[in-house]
Amino acid sequence: LHPPSRQFALYGGRQTVTLIPGDGIGPEMSDAVRKIFLSAGVPVDFEEVDVTSDNFQSGSCEEALVSIQRNEVALTGNIETKVDELDFDQKSANVTLRTKLDLYANVIKVKSVPGIVTRHNNIDIRLIRENTEGEYSNLEHEGVPGVVESLKIITAENSLRIARFAFEYAQRNSRKKVTAVHKANIMKLSDGLFLQCCREVAREFPEVEFNDMIIDNTTMQMVSNPYQFDVMVMPNLYGNILGNVCCGLVGGPGVVAGANIGKKYRVFETATRNTGKSIAGLNIANPSAFIFSSSLMLKYIGLHKYASLINQALVDTLEKDQIHTADLGGCHTTSDVVDAVCRRVQTQAYKVRYDQTPHKQHGW
Amino acid sequence: TKTAIPETEEQRLCTMIPGDGIGPEISDAVMKIFDAAGAPISWEERNVTAMKGPGGKWTIPIEAQDSINKNKVGLKGPLGTPIAAGHPSMNLLLRKTFDLYANVRPCVSLEGYKTPYDGVNLVTIRENTEGEYSGIEHAIVDGVVQSIKLITEEASRKVAEFAFDYARKNSRKNVTVVHKANIMRMTDGLFLRCCRETAEKNRDIKFNEMYLDTVCLNIVQDPTQFDVLVMPNLYGDILSDLCAGLIGGLGVTPSGNIGAHGTALFESVHGTAPDIAGKDLANPTALLLSAIMMLRHLGKMNYAGRIEQACFDAIKDKTSRTKDLGGDATCSKFTDEVCHRVKD
Ligand SMILES: Nc1ncnc2c1ncn2[C@@H]1O[C@H](COP(=O)(O)OP(=O)(O)OP(=O)(O)O)[C@@H](O)[C@H]1O
Ligand SMILES: Nc1ncnc2c1ncn2[C@@H]1O[C@H](COP(=O)(O)OP(=O)(O)OP(=O)(O)O)[C@@H](O)[C@H]1O
Ligand SMILES: [Mg+2]
Ligand SMILES: [Mg+2]
Repeated sequence: LHPPSRQFALYGGRQTVTLIPGDGIGPEMSDAVRKIFLSAGVPVDFEEVDVTSDNFQSGSCEEALVSIQRNEVALTGNIETKVDELDFDQKSANVTLRTKLDLYANVIKVKSVPGIVTRHNNIDIRLIRENTEGEYSNLEHEGVPGVVESLKIITAENSLRIARFAFEYAQRNSRKKVTAVHKANIMKLSDGLFLQCCREVAREFPEVEFNDMIIDNTTMQMVSNPYQFDVMVMPNLYGNILGNVCCGLVGGPGVVAGANIGKKYRVFETATRNTGKSIAGLNIANPSAFIFSSSLMLKYIGLHKYASLINQALVDTLEKDQIHTADLGGCHTTSDVVDAVCRRVQTQAYKVRYDQTPHKQHGW
Repeated sequence: TKTAIPETEEQRLCTMIPGDGIGPEISDAVMKIFDAAGAPISWEERNVTAMKGPGGKWTIPIEAQDSINKNKVGLKGPLGTPIAAGHPSMNLLLRKTFDLYANVRPCVSLEGYKTPYDGVNLVTIRENTEGEYSGIEHAIVDGVVQSIKLITEEASRKVAEFAFDYARKNSRKNVTVVHKANIMRMTDGLFLRCCRETAEKNRDIKFNEMYLDTVCLNIVQDPTQFDVLVMPNLYGDILSDLCAGLIGGLGVTPSGNIGAHGTALFESVHGTAPDIAGKDLANPTALLLSAIMMLRHLGKMNYAGRIEQACFDAIKDKTSRTKDLGGDATCSKFTDEVCHRVKD
């Protein structure tokens, strides 16, 4: 994986991170993270940029870009895409940020959380999705009235890049296997090229097991035997599909974290990128996904101990305290979860503060 | 509004394509069970193997074509598509030859066969002729490939109309269109528009729209919230397999390919299973359930219901389950069990 291009502030220093709350539940989720960081004494300052569906066309998106380019790390909510109000050729603000920053890999961490009851337990999968091309190329036209085409673009360059990313990820995290997901039996050229690139890169990593699987079979296997999967790599649309299947398996949009990764920048967000506008402002959204993603962010900038502190506090809140929001079948509010995490973090924070061993560098 | 087709006792001739691998065993099983039930169906057996027609185009044998054209309705076992054999997938060829524009896959939890998911009872309806399967792909320059997804108003409308029709005939209440018009604004947008317009004309059936990703997220958390799902080709391919996974896999899921003027070919969606072919180990359930769909398509609802119940009861009885369902019964033992139950 690409190490950060410069040293992040280590013990004693402070690190600035861009925060984009976005729309829907984003602002509440951001407040939750701020509160928890404060309780833990995390040495991070947020530079907040408000990008919303209402203002992203009037400069806020550019402001966000500059901020992320300066800080190199961001934590974001989702910006709503009002499909009916946009022209056909206008991209969503989320896609604009991802492409402008060339965040070519979307990684989601699908891990069963102790204390959350689902049909399958002990799932532990990392999904790596090509984030810039494929079906999301935005190239469509109506040749004859009533006949519309959409172009899916696959390039060797981006396929090799994401494949290499997946294998390096597997290697660094001591993972055993990479599975490439495709539909090369039907899309022989485009998905064929993707598969061929994965095979080529696989040869450079003989110690990592490699296999490939067709997308329809993969979804069937995923709901019947998810334990066979370890690290998975795939083109854009299949990533969207499988990502949501996986999140559903471990508890829904409220519990899974993800990151968008490029050569230089990283943007952390929830795995399913929901706005949750129907539950916004009601103090009922599950903040877990957002908190987990803030912890991934801390790991990345080298604040491992704070990352683990917050992670553990959240897991204990969910498992030992059984403080669950409605989406998990519980009756607690967002603030109940946040307050419980803060309490747990506060009582443990001194350990991190007085622990003189250096933080590990460059996680996740 | 149309009413359901009335029950008919009239004997129907249907084409039977036994297929390769385990195909002959499981189609034998189906014919035996239909006999035992006294179902008013007679079979005309035909083989399909790819042939080079005049002008070098791949076709299916003329006797098979004639039979399907005449009978309009058929049942088909699995067909092997040897890799690099030169000819295209026979399944695709059959769909093209008879313009079977809609693929239907009911997914119903088998009572007594436990999976992590209970009470699944939904149907996926997939556009079967275009979309991502248009086969139009180019290498623009070295290392850059484009693949074209094609959506037409005509095909979208046909499959949408079929979905509402199917819902009504099968006493289902709700049709959900699955799309990704937030990203593919024009193509999926067109599909969505056709579904909306068809929904306007079918106010007796409830209609709603959902993004593909939201469906994926929700369906694994609570599949019981879905009824009839209609969608473009690739999404249907993926979601129908996912749903099969919820109820126990391809060994127990039926499917039908429907075309204009009542033409329909019902098939099991699993493969030829060469590893167990000829060993009397195959599970005939998927093909049997497909044959039951065929009965319903022909308006023979009572026979369909009786045979289906016998099949479910046989599966519930653990001693007659085949290996893929965790039992040790042979194909013939399971078949006998269903025959026995359907006679009572
Ligand atoms: N993003 C997440 N999503 C779901 N569960 C998580 C997530 N992060 C942590 N957990 C839960 O918290 C516990 C501790 O997580 P942590 O990430 O510290 O474990 P880890 O195995 O060290 O991580 P990694 O897999 O990154 O090496 C795990 O048991 C896991 O169940
Ligand atoms: N953090 C969360 N906690 C609980 N539920 C969530 C969370 N995030 C999303 N959801 C739920 O998941 C579903 C999908 O979310 P999504 O963001 O796509 O909905 P939305 O577009 O904001 O709202 P709507 O579907 O009402 O327009 C919604 O029902 C939402 O309430
Ligand atoms: Mg949404
Ligand atoms: Mg398939």
